[in-house]
Amino acid sequence: MAETVTVKVTVNGVEHEARVEPRMLLVHFLRDELDMTGTHIGCDTTNCGACTVLVDGVPMKSCTMFAVQADGHDLTTVEGLGDNGGLEPIQEGFHQEHGLQCGFCTPGMMLVSKALLAENPDPSEAEIRRAISGNLCRCTGYQNIVKSVQYAAKKIRTGSAESTVGGGAS
Amino acid sequence: MIPAAFDYHAPTSLDEALSLLAAHGDEAKVLAGGQSLIPMMRFRLAEPGVLVDLNHIEGMAGVTEEDGHLWIGALTRHAEVERSDLVRKRYPLLHEAASVIADPIVRNRGTVAGSLVHADPAGDWGAVMLACGAELEVHGPDGQRMVPIDELFVTTFMTSLSPGDIVTGIKLPIAGKRSGGAYEKLERKVGDFATVAVAARLELDDDGVCSAAGIGLTAVGATNLRAQDAEKALIGKKPDEAAIDAASRAAAEAASPTADNRGSVEYKRDMVRVLSARALRRAAAHAGGEG
Amino acid sequence: MSATKAQDIGGLGHSVRRKEDARFVRGKGRYVDDVKLKGMCYLALVRSPYAHARLKGIDISAAMKVPGVLAVITGKDLEEAGLAWMPTLSHDQQMVLATGKVLFQGQEVAAVVAESRFAAADGAAAVRVDYEELPVVIDPHAALGKDAPVLREDRDEKSNHIFHWEAGDRDATDATFDASDVVVTQDMVYQRCHPAPLECCACVADWDTVNEKMTIYMTSQAPHAHRTLFALVAGLPEHKIRIISPDVGGGFGNKVPIYPGYVVSAVASLKLGRPVKWTEERSGNLQSTGFARDYHMHAELAASKDGKIRALRVKTLGDHGAFNAAAQPSKFPAGFYNICSGSYDLENAFVEVDGAYTNKAPGGIAYRCSFRVTEASYLIERTVDVLADELGMDPAELRKKNFIAPDKFPYVTPLGWTYDSGNYAGAMDRALEMVGYEDLLKEQEEKRGRGELMGIGISSFTEIVGAGPGKQCDIAGIEMFDSCEVRIHPTGKVLARIGVQTQGQGHETTFAQILAEELGIPVGDITVEHGDTDTAPYGLGTYASRSTPVAGAATAVAARKVRAKAQKIAAHLLEVDEADLEWKDYAFRVKGAPDKAKTMQDVAFAAYTNVPEGLEAGLEAVDYYDPPNMTYPFGTYICVVDIDKGTGDWKVRKFVAVDDCGTVINPMVVEGQIHGGLTEGFAISKMQLIDYDEGGNITGGNFMEYLIPTAVETPHYDTDKTVTPSPHHPIGAKGVGESPNVGSPAAFVNAVIDALSPYGVRHIDMPITSDKVWKALRDAGIQD
Repeated sequence: MAETVTVKVTVNGVEHEARVEPRMLLVHFLRDELDMTGTHIGCDTTNCGACTVLVDGVPMKSCTMFAVQADGHDLTTVEGLGDNGGLEPIQEGFHQEHGLQCGFCTPGMMLVSKALLAENPDPSEAEIRRAISGNLCRCTGYQNIVKSVQYAAKKIRTGSAESTVGGGAS
Repeated sequence: MIPAAFDYHAPTSLDEALSLLAAHGDEAKVLAGGQSLIPMMRFRLAEPGVLVDLNHIEGMAGVTEEDGHLWIGALTRHAEVERSDLVRKRYPLLHEAASVIADPIVRNRGTVAGSLVHADPAGDWGAVMLACGAELEVHGPDGQRMVPIDELFVTTFMTSLSPGDIVTGIKLPIAGKRSGGAYEKLERKVGDFATVAVAARLELDDDGVCSAAGIGLTAVGATNLRAQDAEKALIGKKPDEAAIDAASRAAAEAASPTADNRGSVEYKRDMVRVLSARALRRAAAHAGGEG
Repeated sequence: MSATKAQDIGGLGHSVRRKEDARFVRGKGRYVDDVKLKGMCYLALVRSPYAHARLKGIDISAAMKVPGVLAVITGKDLEEAGLAWMPTLSHDQQMVLATGKVLFQGQEVAAVVAESRFAAADGAAAVRVDYEELPVVIDPHAALGKDAPVLREDRDEKSNHIFHWEAGDRDATDATFDASDVVVTQDMVYQRCHPAPLECCACVADWDTVNEKMTIYMTSQAPHAHRTLFALVAGLPEHKIRIISPDVGGGFGNKVPIYPGYVVSAVASLKLGRPVKWTEERSGNLQSTGFARDYHMHAELAASKDGKIRALRVKTLGDHGAFNAAAQPSKFPAGFYNICSGSYDLENAFVEVDGAYTNKAPGGIAYRCSFRVTEASYLIERTVDVLADELGMDPAELRKKNFIAPDKFPYVTPLGWTYDSGNYAGAMDRALEMVGYEDLLKEQEEKRGRGELMGIGISSFTEIVGAGPGKQCDIAGIEMFDSCEVRIHPTGKVLARIGVQTQGQGHETTFAQILAEELGIPVGDITVEHGDTDTAPYGLGTYASRSTPVAGAATAVAARKVRAKAQKIAAHLLEVDEADLEWKDYAFRVKGAPDKAKTMQDVAFAAYTNVPEGLEAGLEAVDYYDPPNMTYPFGTYICVVDIDKGTGDWKVRKFVAVDDCGTVINPMVVEGQIHGGLTEGFAISKMQLIDYDEGGNITGGNFMEYLIPTAVETPHYDTDKTVTPSPHHPIGAKGVGESPNVGSPAAFVNAVIDALSPYGVRHIDMPITSDKVWKALRDAGIQD
């Protein structure tokens, strides 16, 4: 067996350290070692994006990175969104605009959207669709995910947003 | 899908990386972006005993114009090329190609040089670099050398580089006053490899006559291909419809595709023609100042 | 007392935001692979690289030497326990781990159990299997040929033929064909595809050695049915089996069957006395679990010159792969395929279907549809367009001319179904108006003049969902009822448990809305639970859009049972006769004096503190609802495409969907279901294909080759509805999740074919890839 390596990462503001095999994928590190199971695995060919996390603010597929490669970096996972149980705009957008059904792609979708909005606070529909095109969803047909991101964008920009799907909120 | 076990090294200097490769020989593999290598390792199609991770070496990334050429550091991510203002303004072929590689998240991690030396004929950068006449800066046990792109690809997944070599950057001719380029990629969906793609680059002289042309092809042979006859069909001519048509047909002749779920041999060959024409039209428009 | 309004409590027809989102947007969903138990070990499967090969031997010695490996299980080990084979839901059996030979690439051959994922994977890689390759049969037509090798040695019948099934009147249909002016014929293949939910299958089997109880956390769309099957197959007493299906990351039919991975995990847990986790990989999911379709169809329509469709004749060959593991509970081997007369009023129809074995993965399952309904709907909607082309008639006009008229319901089809309700022209008119049909036709004419390729495709489908009445459906003899148990606590809060299982549809919200409507208690005060066989009432699970039609009905009826008892208590509290009370505006009100009223909350407290004499305390009820009929949702979809003449690529410019699913519980959820189903229909029509080469090697066995559309390719949809309530359902609901996947493929395909029709193109099989369009144009002499 190969020698283990030390991985020291900051995840959602908290430092973690563990010794793991070099072949441990970052996604398994998060799920198995840190018990953060919000990051999912949906494929084995780097196609689905369910494992997306932010590495120093940049979306990466955590199934296509070894845990040891995250050493010294600052990670954000879905568990790091919102605070004290409250929702941040991107989470609120997904809830209000029915941007999720089974919830499996949702963590990756929200993180990649968060990164988009950090760079482009008022994206067009085409820009949103492009930004989330590394993340597959089997349930929603993406239309309400687009609306969710638009909701969050508006909320961040103006402090408020109204939902539009299903004839509005109820 | 769990890779086989390996030893991991994260050198912080190029020299250290080179000596690790020298020490471990064939057993070692270089890890850059890992977006092709790691999936292959998960399927155990690749089982390197040692990984040498270059990501801790400083100064290996970035896109700059210097000393009369464009320099792309080996660890430059696809996304960095895609977002570069310099590239967007002056190197439309590179910008377009960078924007359609894999998907946006993969582009944040995968590297230009890593993609090139992976030597997948369906890779996009190979065609682009062939069209541009790029050179690779390579460091090996015997020091530094420049490898012209035309000498890089041997066959699918195989280059002329040695296991002890590390690519440190890519050098491209600087964009001329009237230069243009375009990348036309036909894919079944975002994230798919190209069914066919064509990279086109044109340089025009003051009279609007083609002084240089580069045409690279993706996914229609054992390696990325350069369509030299097609280039010749343009040089010395104005890139009008007749010239573009002749070049596109010559490009299609240069292709030797195989049939798969993406299409038949005939289809792919014709797509080289169709996409070459589209790429050349846009490249010409751009070079003419209209793009 | 003021009147409560439906929107105050989140009753029917309101877009209540989903309760389940709270955990999903925080990453706190609990899927099977998130389950981590003390002492848990990991199972990895060894799969066959060959499509057909004799097993000469399995050498496990190297695997057993891998540090951390605890056990290697092979078919031989299972044989000793009588578990090498398991029954399918289609009167066939399937190997759990291969014995004798393997019959498809990716088949499960051995299982390695180890202390870690790493050791399990290393152990699986170290298992050496000696195969002797055998001739491979891929084409189902060839499989039925005289010279084809017989694949299944375990069966008495020495052929690859599985079944022959017929519906309708053959002679009468033939006679109508003979007497008709026009006959069109079309061969079409509904290709093999796969539901590919984003979460693959997984389980954690946990054998409690002290209590001798097996708990299995499992990606299951039907936990109770799976418990019973486990009891029947493994011989464990049913009260000692608990299936927990926690959050499920999409199902679409893929998680209806029992797969070898579940069974062998349970065996491993029994053997080791430790929890065993199996997490399927995507490639394994696509290569070995329930595929869908693979129907090779021959359709004929007979009509009069003026476009009256008279009869339908269908002959079909179904490719079931190595085992007929069709996970379908209908009593018919081709499911509800005889819904293929669609929305049309025909004189006669006749359908025959044969099934064949091939060296492909076993199945098939109903992928986001009732059993074979998608194939049926595609067949009729495609063939009607072929007829329109033959007659030179507008496809919309032809359809309207032949729709079953609203006053003809209940309508008995020539193939034996009784449609409960419908207003097909109503949905179509709305769709034509939304899409601007007349303007599109004009635009198309102009474009055709310029040689541009633009197509308009219509599909006016009729679905059949809500399995189902006992005379048509059962699982292992158990009829297809479903259930709800409602309990109101003293303070007026509600706990309800249902027999169906969400995979993202939002049951925790929509079922609470049904209860809110029936009980006058706000959605926020109602908890809906499901998925744990130790607590939920028996149910047959969620698939075939049966949750709302069956369990939704049970929920309404259970609530009404509660209300009946509550009325007695309310009468007692108000000191009036029970008959003097009416349930109005969500309270029991004295007739003629509506301000004298008691709410359900008032009654609930009294139910535990102050019941009238002779009435037992408590306020709860359970209902097992056996549906009297299926429900028949319908709608019209219209798709507009533009084709790139150079590449053959087609893009959807506009898509209009008008659905009628009867009473709508939550418009937001319904719209979400429609978006999702349309997208799967789009994917099937354009890119999804599980294919095999001549050697039986799968060419769609991972997400690089089995294509799932991204947000970039996926069209934007405009949706609307008409409402024709189901007359036999307690709240008039019909189910909706599958309509868009059933109805849309024909709309996409019809649009592409319409664009190509000036060039004599009448049909292209799905998926309609760019190269197929290019070839059709080339064959017609068109080159850009």
